[in-house]
Amino acid sequence: MSATADDLTAQAGPQERFEYVLRLADTSLIAGQRLAALLGHAPALEEDLALGNIALDLIGQARLLLALAGRIEARGRDEDALAFLRDAQEFRNVSLVEQPNGDFAQTIVRQCLLDAWQLEMYESLAGSRDLQLADIAQKAVKECRYHWRFSAGWLVRLGDGTDESRARVRSALDTLWRFTDELLTPDVLDARMAVCGIGPAPVLIRERWQTRVRATLAEGGLEWPRHQHYRWHGKRGEHTEHLGHLLAEMQALPRAYPGVTW
Amino acid sequence: MYTQALDSPAESAGTSDEPERLERFQARIDRDEKIEPKDWMPEAYRQALIRQIAQHAHSEIVGMLPEGNWITRAPSLRRKAVLIAKVQDEGGHGMYLYSAAETLGVSRGQLIAQLLAGRAKYSSIFNYPTLSWADIGAIGWLVDGAAIMNQIPLCRCSYGPYARAMVRICKEESFHQRQGFEIMLTLARGSDAQRAMAQDALRRWWWPSLMMFGPSDAHSVHTAQSMRWKIKRFSNDELRQRFIDVTVPQAEFLGLSVPDPALHWDEATRHYQPGPIDWSELQTVLKGEGPCNHERLEARRAAHEAGRWVREAAAAYAQKHRGLEHGADAS
Repeated sequence: MSATADDLTAQAGPQERFEYVLRLADTSLIAGQRLAALLGHAPALEEDLALGNIALDLIGQARLLLALAGRIEARGRDEDALAFLRDAQEFRNVSLVEQPNGDFAQTIVRQCLLDAWQLEMYESLAGSRDLQLADIAQKAVKECRYHWRFSAGWLVRLGDGTDESRARVRSALDTLWRFTDELLTPDVLDARMAVCGIGPAPVLIRERWQTRVRATLAEGGLEWPRHQHYRWHGKRGEHTEHLGHLLAEMQALPRAYPGVTW
Repeated sequence: MYTQALDSPAESAGTSDEPERLERFQARIDRDEKIEPKDWMPEAYRQALIRQIAQHAHSEIVGMLPEGNWITRAPSLRRKAVLIAKVQDEGGHGMYLYSAAETLGVSRGQLIAQLLAGRAKYSSIFNYPTLSWADIGAIGWLVDGAAIMNQIPLCRCSYGPYARAMVRICKEESFHQRQGFEIMLTLARGSDAQRAMAQDALRRWWWPSLMMFGPSDAHSVHTAQSMRWKIKRFSNDELRQRFIDVTVPQAEFLGLSVPDPALHWDEATRHYQPGPIDWSELQTVLKGEGPCNHERLEARRAAHEAGRWVREAAAAYAQKHRGLEHGADAS
């Protein structure tokens, strides 16, 4: 007898669902935190506004997803408890998003690699059997389409701009490419969620991501970077050194004044 | 956000323009008609507006910095989202205002070059540091509150593009003011440490906020011409008094004390009477010697310099793909 959709969802235990939602939530949160720091310092006013918009969307996604994670966990932690009162090793974001803003090329490359992934993820998650997650994904996917248009547009412009912009964007791709395998290589939890009908099939995400990124690199006259072995497993809490600093700043007030309302 | 240098020198109003044209122009203003970009206007009117709108635009852009200082440290995700949206609104205000100035024949690139060269003014208030989270509340409550006092009358300014930009800006500013007050209220009703934070912010921001309205009328020589042209509708002191009258009861509601021992209600005038303002401090900040003048301009210059290759790349790309893509101005 085949299981119904509800049975399949039920097969994924709350701890697994919590972990999986945290991966999505923390990825949006940390990416948003990084971009938000650029507001007022972008290369032109239009880019200030665009980066601010994207940061705002990402923080919005993080809030919805963290609240959902808190409900799944059912231990009374709300979005702020999860964002501000966990240590780095409890964060489940992919390591790519915690990398520093660097120059505009590095910011754009990081965002572009992420946007291609989030766009495919949320496209698929919009049909998730976890209906609460599907709801959030349906909203997020619209935002991600705009984010991708912005970052891919800039990747092409920088690749096909001046000698300097091409050199900078190549260098950023070389620096950040080693974090892309984590996006595309499924672990046990990704595979489980796919089987349960909650998450997408990882092979599908990999193929679509590669197609999307390959076409954009080609349009900007940029080569597909050489493969680099990946060592970072942010999805299971093994982060680069950067995350600790980011959190020290982000969490300073709630940690210094515990238990109050802001 | 607003600049106190409202009374931009109008120079010698229209010496080179024919008297009949000037009369017709003034008659249109007196009939409350809007002056539009293609209409004839006295050169002094144009220059006064350019200076005022540019100062206002620069204030929005520089004003992103003190508040941006707390985006990465906002204490809840809701506060973070609201602060990002607010700082982004200010960037948007800067953009409309630069566009309004462009209708008077000056480009955004020229105006930004003046700012970065230290030749343009922006509101003195942004040369003060944001030292605690409560400063974000105080800026919204006091600085945006003062800005609204200044800006509401500008929605009826005689120059059409400026007046229309101000309508939208004022709507957003009133949201900013409310969120600032709400931060202060939360802190004032919070723990002892939070209340102390709020009180300290009010202590530091009160006087600089009063100075945002500019020098006292006794020392403001340019008001009359700006009033005649309906660029300006109320004097600095009138607006400052209105702000004090509205804000003092709000401070009482918050249970915070205004740092002015001489402040009292005057039954005869039906106004709050403040103690004397230390104008030497305003002069110091306007001269470029305030606490953060150096940091603010350096931050703008650093962003401009770091972004130069990006703007050049966008321009080069647009050049190669002319007609197919939108490119940025590589100024």
